[in-house]
Amino acid sequence: MGKLDYTGISEIVAAVTGERQLDDRVGAAEVVKLDRREFLKLTGVMGGGLMLAFAAPRAFAQNGTFQPNGYIRIDQSGILLYAKNPEIGQGVKTSLPMIVAEELDAAWNDVEVVQSPINQSVYGAQFAGGSMSIPMNYQPLRQAGATARTMMVQAAAKRWGVDSASLTTQDSHVIQTATGNKLSYMDLAGEAAQLDVPNENDVTLKDPKDFRLLGNRITGVDNESLVRGEALFGTDTILPGMKYAVYHKCPAIGGTVKSANIEEIKKMPGVVDAFALDGKGSAMELLPGVAIVADSTWEAINAKRALRVEWDETDASKDSWTDASNEAERLRHEDGRRVANFGDFDAAFASSKSQVSSFYQYHFVSHAPMEPQNCTASFKDGALELWAPTQTPGSAIGMAARVCGIQPNRVALHQLRCGGGFGRRLYNDFVCEASAIAQHVDGPVKLQWTREDDLAYDLFRAGGFHQMDGSVDSQGKISGWRNRFITFEVGGTPVSSMNRGVYPGGLLQNVRAEQVGLQWSHRCAAWRAPNANVFAFVVGSFVHELAHAAGRDHLEVLLETFGEPRPMGGGMHTGRAANVIRLAAQKAGWGRDLPQGRGLGVAFYYSHQGHIAEVAEVSVGEVEGTTKNRRGDSVDRRKVTVHKVTVASDVGPIINLSGAENQVEGSVVDALSTMMDLSVTFENGRIQQNNFDSYKMLRMPSTPEVATHFVEPGENRPTGLGEPVFPPLAPAVCNAIFAACGRRVKTMPISEEGFYIA
Amino acid sequence: MNLRVNGVTHDLGGIDPQTPLLWVLRDHLNLVGTKYGCGISQCGACTVLLDGEAMKSCLYPVSAVGSAEVTTIEGLAGRNGELNSLQKAWVELDVAQCGYCQSGQIMAAEALLRSNPNPSDSDIDEAMESNLCRCGTYIRIKNAVKVAAKRNSVDEIGG
Repeated sequence: MGKLDYTGISEIVAAVTGERQLDDRVGAAEVVKLDRREFLKLTGVMGGGLMLAFAAPRAFAQNGTFQPNGYIRIDQSGILLYAKNPEIGQGVKTSLPMIVAEELDAAWNDVEVVQSPINQSVYGAQFAGGSMSIPMNYQPLRQAGATARTMMVQAAAKRWGVDSASLTTQDSHVIQTATGNKLSYMDLAGEAAQLDVPNENDVTLKDPKDFRLLGNRITGVDNESLVRGEALFGTDTILPGMKYAVYHKCPAIGGTVKSANIEEIKKMPGVVDAFALDGKGSAMELLPGVAIVADSTWEAINAKRALRVEWDETDASKDSWTDASNEAERLRHEDGRRVANFGDFDAAFASSKSQVSSFYQYHFVSHAPMEPQNCTASFKDGALELWAPTQTPGSAIGMAARVCGIQPNRVALHQLRCGGGFGRRLYNDFVCEASAIAQHVDGPVKLQWTREDDLAYDLFRAGGFHQMDGSVDSQGKISGWRNRFITFEVGGTPVSSMNRGVYPGGLLQNVRAEQVGLQWSHRCAAWRAPNANVFAFVVGSFVHELAHAAGRDHLEVLLETFGEPRPMGGGMHTGRAANVIRLAAQKAGWGRDLPQGRGLGVAFYYSHQGHIAEVAEVSVGEVEGTTKNRRGDSVDRRKVTVHKVTVASDVGPIINLSGAENQVEGSVVDALSTMMDLSVTFENGRIQQNNFDSYKMLRMPSTPEVATHFVEPGENRPTGLGEPVFPPLAPAVCNAIFAACGRRVKTMPISEEGFYIA
Repeated sequence: MNLRVNGVTHDLGGIDPQTPLLWVLRDHLNLVGTKYGCGISQCGACTVLLDGEAMKSCLYPVSAVGSAEVTTIEGLAGRNGELNSLQKAWVELDVAQCGYCQSGQIMAAEALLRSNPNPSDSDIDEAMESNLCRCGTYIRIKNAVKVAAKRNSVDEIGG
């Protein structure tokens, strides 16, 4: 098969990074636009702005059903709202319809929510990524709700023979202000359906101060189904006559099937068929492997255990974390390619009062969503039907069509709830596999990845290395900053990118960023808050190191770097940054006396249009002897307890307060879990972790208290909250560890330096 | 082979007795509320009750169940469909994010409250430690267990 083609791997990363903070002041807005367009192109869908365009001249009058657009359907039995984007745990199946209901003036109790069909001509881009669901859909969904509300008022005015201006709406009713007479939307649906859909300009949106629903705590629309154990997720799909499949790929990516004991496997209990697939050369679609189709999942998994494949590893991965670490150790002393340059770092560094040099690094990690990848597919008469838990259904359709050699219009996709996303399901390799297998199976087939498959064939958050050099001048101010970034390149493309916007680019005078790439074969891609999730650890720790070198308070130095309140590129505003930093510090009691071994640490990061500051309160125990880390080095063993994390967020106005608080708490726990002990290492092209016994996520007893604060939004628009709270947690905790015990942590996971959580 | 699940006896015919209970529930009985997460008893997504005690079903051979009563997430609500106190607390406190682990979490909590109706914080930590939540909803899970326990005790006193 030869070398793998990684086309498609970098575009999604670029599109969902949201790493535009402090970017070039002129170019930043343009960059965001470009990325978004790129993303739309990539997901195979057309741009927005056509929310209502599909509607027939009349509002789809059929059996008295009022359906003015793709989001709203009202008839005598009730109000149905369609949630357009994939639900992956970020809460959009609840929050997006809330926006419609607000402008529609529907009583939330009258509303039923269902997942919308996947249809680009009606809904535009449908995806879950980059914390973009809220910012991209806020205005269009308000417009959709307000349009329907306007039509309800017109229908009532017509029935009563009064002027529309004399009417108002509330709780799914049109109300005659003078008399208090009411008509319900359900009652008016048939008449509203006869009306022309008004032009956008003839529809008035609410003043946000009149919002009744947005900003409240609303519980998830699927909560009751979830606690009853009803079928919701991709893997819960059951179809008549359905078969169950597993797919086994070479543990070293790029390996191909030389031979396998397929005839033996076919004779195993419950096995219906077994066959090798060649793959099509793309690392992002169908990779070579052996498929086993059986009467049940267990029989398929059981047969997979008996499968013996001889792989041709000529072109397979030889990835080695040890080799990469050694190479990075060498490269950190050499100049890299300059990716950003402000002022004159060399001169500033040479003439400074004191200098700090530190080498930071972080390991690879896996997405590891609780629901392993899966997809159900049925191929019949040249058409493909899919039941998929994906973050990018539009992209999945195009890829599946390519793999099956059919046109995309011969593919239908049912969007199912995702048992976690975190970026993993932006990529649709599992959909491609299910589609290819379905071409060999009579009737529907459900492909189930095992947990081992899910870890081994993740698209990892790449590890990385940063040689940091900085200086402070005689006034104790940061005078120079160099960030030499050693990352990985997959298929010739860097999997992570440093740019002018990464802190403190654009804020301080003499800043240089350099980048070097190590060649890598395993796929690396977007992982919750891409780039920010690791850069924040490095820059948020290093600014504290420089403050310490200057003998100054970290909070004071951090605030000083943001200077006067002013807009920077990409939506970043230094005033909003300083505001959340001050709020978090004040709420956490910055500066108060703490007992020996206890400390506070602060960090700020801007990503995904969110300004977030966090303060961690941490205790560090005495050294309890030594322990061996993953490299085999002997390190001091010390206990860390994270008592409390105070989070101050500015993401504009909050849509659903309950969902927002949940995202904040979850992001803190996820980030703590990841920084403590999560690591994927590679040798001989294979990952060395198999399952949750060797990839150890945080459990309940280690969970800190989380205090959540949202700033008053002012005039700012709402932005997403699935990602931006993640990045500042690691530097806040590491800065607190330093405050508690004087030890600077430079490796994630911090278990590499002997710390364990309790 | 027979299997009693949520008060109903099922004839499993000539099923392989080594089949883990998890896959019998999901693939043979279409009870998909119990989830597959790891297959090695590490994540707790597959937690069910066996005669009232928490059991990870992904490694447990169906033949080992014998005459024990299996309770799954689908069997928690009352006969009239009314949610039990844990389910109600989970809905009201809006615990779930992705929700995939939550049936296992609820079943582990159910086993805890059956044996210890008024658990302390550390009792809850200990009982729930075997259940992973990748979304990090532990804070709400813990609160929901406390709310349910409190409500149960009030109901009992109230009679």
